[in-house]
Amino acid sequence: MSNQTFYNEILIDHNLHPGHKHDLEDANLVLEGVNPSCGDDIFLKLKVEDDKIIDGAFVGDGCAISQASADMMLDLIIGKTKEEALKLSEIFLRMIKGKITDDEMEQLEEAGALQDISHMPARVKCAVLGWHTMEEMLKGTD
Amino acid sequence: MKREEQKKKVLNIRNDFPIFKNSDLIYLDSAATSQKPECVLRAQQDFYEKYNANPYRGMYELGEAATEQYEQARETVRHFLNAKSSDEIVFTRNATEGLNLLSYSLADHILQPGDEILITIMEHHSNLLPWQLAAKRHGANLCYIECNEEGEFTEEDFKQALTPKTKIVSMTQVSNVLGCENNIKRFAQIAHENGSIFIADGAQSVPHMPVDVQDLDVDFLSFSGHKMLAPMGIGVLYGKKKWLEEIPPFLSGGEMIQSVTRDHAVYAEVPHKFEAGTVNAGGAAALGAAIHYYEKIGFDFIQEQEQSLSIRAMEALRNIKGIHILGSKDPKKHHGIISFTLDGVHPHDIAAILDADHIAIRAGHHCAQPLLKHLGVLSAARVSLAFYNTENEIDKLAESVGSIRRRMGYVESDVL
Repeated sequence: MSNQTFYNEILIDHNLHPGHKHDLEDANLVLEGVNPSCGDDIFLKLKVEDDKIIDGAFVGDGCAISQASADMMLDLIIGKTKEEALKLSEIFLRMIKGKITDDEMEQLEEAGALQDISHMPARVKCAVLGWHTMEEMLKGTD
Repeated sequence: MKREEQKKKVLNIRNDFPIFKNSDLIYLDSAATSQKPECVLRAQQDFYEKYNANPYRGMYELGEAATEQYEQARETVRHFLNAKSSDEIVFTRNATEGLNLLSYSLADHILQPGDEILITIMEHHSNLLPWQLAAKRHGANLCYIECNEEGEFTEEDFKQALTPKTKIVSMTQVSNVLGCENNIKRFAQIAHENGSIFIADGAQSVPHMPVDVQDLDVDFLSFSGHKMLAPMGIGVLYGKKKWLEEIPPFLSGGEMIQSVTRDHAVYAEVPHKFEAGTVNAGGAAALGAAIHYYEKIGFDFIQEQEQSLSIRAMEALRNIKGIHILGSKDPKKHHGIISFTLDGVHPHDIAAILDADHIAIRAGHHCAQPLLKHLGVLSAARVSLAFYNTENEIDKLAESVGSIRRRMGYVESDVL
């Protein structure tokens, strides 16, 4: 009995071996994101200079989806401008609602691995936690 | 009963539950809500098809038939709980509503500033938040009895927690997280010796064991119908008649009065004083049918079946690498509730993977955050059984749980 789950290899790998789950001492933006239903609790840390995200990391606890999603997001947004990051966020959140073009899917790179979460309403909050936290953070600095 | 006979009886029982027909669902979340047998669903339907009128209002034959259906259900509950009088049975929406009713009607009646309300650290939020709010309203103090990792505390612990200021003790009979049972009969006796009123939360006990309110000698007992085969939206608050007569009403409105003037009202007799507005008569009729179904199956069988499944589940689960079962090591002390954590896997991921295998369990804080904090656990997965579950389902559960760490990318050498 090994039925298919949405825990695909990409998600599992980001959960077990997150590249960005560590402290970031010279971060100039830090915000906590909490998902009370799951108990997911992350601190997102970004270093932003001249509108560009130079570096980023997160720390905290939570389910595999919240942790992997935050890690994939950081893979995508580090090196991008704030505007580009917010655009990606808009695409990601739309993917979770199930409305996205193939071209947009490509832009999300590995974060596209979370597409099937759209069929799991109870877990959507886990997948969007990192993204919502990032949006709130960047919009708060405008 | 011989094992083969027992197995056959369970298969027959499962045929009574429409949701299990032509389905590979393995339902292990009965502590959240039980499944419903056909006879219960039919009783609710019957009420609306044959007896539907507003109970107590209709001055015609159908209205009287509706009242009779509703009052018959009350008598069925009285008999089930061995209450002295059906006047002691108040229909509510659920256990939560009964406890909220007491946190207003009873607390308003007896609490003075500086008084104490005593509960345990293992309470469900529904037996915690109403008291937290009542304490704030009255300038009273909410006090807790702590428990050990197995959910136990001693008579001595209880006596020490009581003071002359303890007016109300409210305690669950069975924990919805640990499955442990509190000795309600003994604690009620000690509380009474202290002059305190004793309330029992029966949400997790009434569906699984005989509960005799006269034998336990509790002042109040609140429970839900939906955890014991009945529909959602019908529950029961048992209260000793002298208390129900003494305390003021909770909700006010239609059909709970004798007379009303511009500035004054005389309330109806108990239990009607506590049943304002149109009642859930269809739900009550269905609860009556659920109780008849319980009586037909019998608690001897139910307890034997649930205990043998608990033993099988705990023996299989405890061998899985990285698992930590909360509460007692003795399956007999779990009453079909087995909460656990798995190293490196969040409980919500456990539930999602089991769901892919068509196994329904609960994950989270189980509306008992202070208890989980006390136990040092952020959240947990919970398996909860009922007499309609089978050995085969337990074996599949164990196989699935055993595969989770591998499916989440861990290799054997990562464990421990």
